[in-house]
Amino acid sequence: MTRILTSTAEHEVASHDGLWMSATDAEKATGWTLKPEGMCRADVCVPLPASAVGTSELDLAAFWQKLGGPVIASDTRDVWALGAPADERNAVLEGLEAPDFTLPDVDGVPRTLSALRGKKVFLATWASW
Amino acid sequence: MVVAVAEESRGAEHARPWIEQAKSSYWQLIDTDHRLSDLYNLVNVPQAIWIDEQGRIARPPETAGSTDHFRRMDLKTRTMSPEDQAERLAARQAYLDAVRAWVNTGKHALSADAARKALPRVTPEIAEAHARFRLGVWLRANDRTAEGDRQLAEASRLHPDSWSMWRQAADLDEVGKASGPDFWKRVQALGDRPYYPPPKL
Repeated sequence: MTRILTSTAEHEVASHDGLWMSATDAEKATGWTLKPEGMCRADVCVPLPASAVGTSELDLAAFWQKLGGPVIASDTRDVWALGAPADERNAVLEGLEAPDFTLPDVDGVPRTLSALRGKKVFLATWASW
Repeated sequence: MVVAVAEESRGAEHARPWIEQAKSSYWQLIDTDHRLSDLYNLVNVPQAIWIDEQGRIARPPETAGSTDHFRRMDLKTRTMSPEDQAERLAARQAYLDAVRAWVNTGKHALSADAARKALPRVTPEIAEAHARFRLGVWLRANDRTAEGDRQLAEASRLHPDSWSMWRQAADLDEVGKASGPDFWKRVQALGDRPYYPPPKL
């Protein structure tokens, strides 16, 4: 099995020759669905190059690079990080809607920023180091 | 509502003593992958983002109350001059006062144009640095330390403005290194550039 780390989650998929995998696994890992017109999410479709799609499989690394996202593999290519494309991050921030996230508190209870809608939020980072 | 997020690659237990001492009624969250730094393009701690009732960014990331006075401290005694200590506390108070004024009256919120202009831009190098940081933290947590170190070092090289990446890479290597001699050398190398850019209130 191959482990895929996206910026918000972690998935196990069956892949070979890098990130060739079933459309089902690709969708599970990224939320993008394979359709005749390409990889689609909501109302956006990104055409795939012919070299990145087979009869029942696709090359997720090639697709992710086409999106402009970084694709980083571990030495033994068993763990891959698919980072958010820079353009996507910039577009979201320029929209000025605070990017939502869910993080655990110190006892592991998950908390989601958007649950605080209706209140002003002072979001601050710190660290012990 | 305050949401405090600990950028702690080593995990919750390293943040717990501070959190328990603070006894806060607000959220204290643990961010081992530095997801917040990735989402909001942060480079240091403490940084803050002000978010209004509609979930809109009222002030993009900025230094939250810290100042560069520490750069002039006596490294042998680890103390600052009384004047510097006073200025440092005054700057922190001014920032807290600004946050309170915003909560009560809306003062200091930026217009959409001004907020957009103040956003730090994500480059492809920064995006790659975050992906490598994510992989490096995972590798470290799964006992692949040497390989994880390499990914973290490469992340820091790709994103030299990120003190969080540099200091976390150093700290994971050896506890205390994040504020050791290498840190001070790196701070000195800033020259006239700030370590904590002051917020433009």
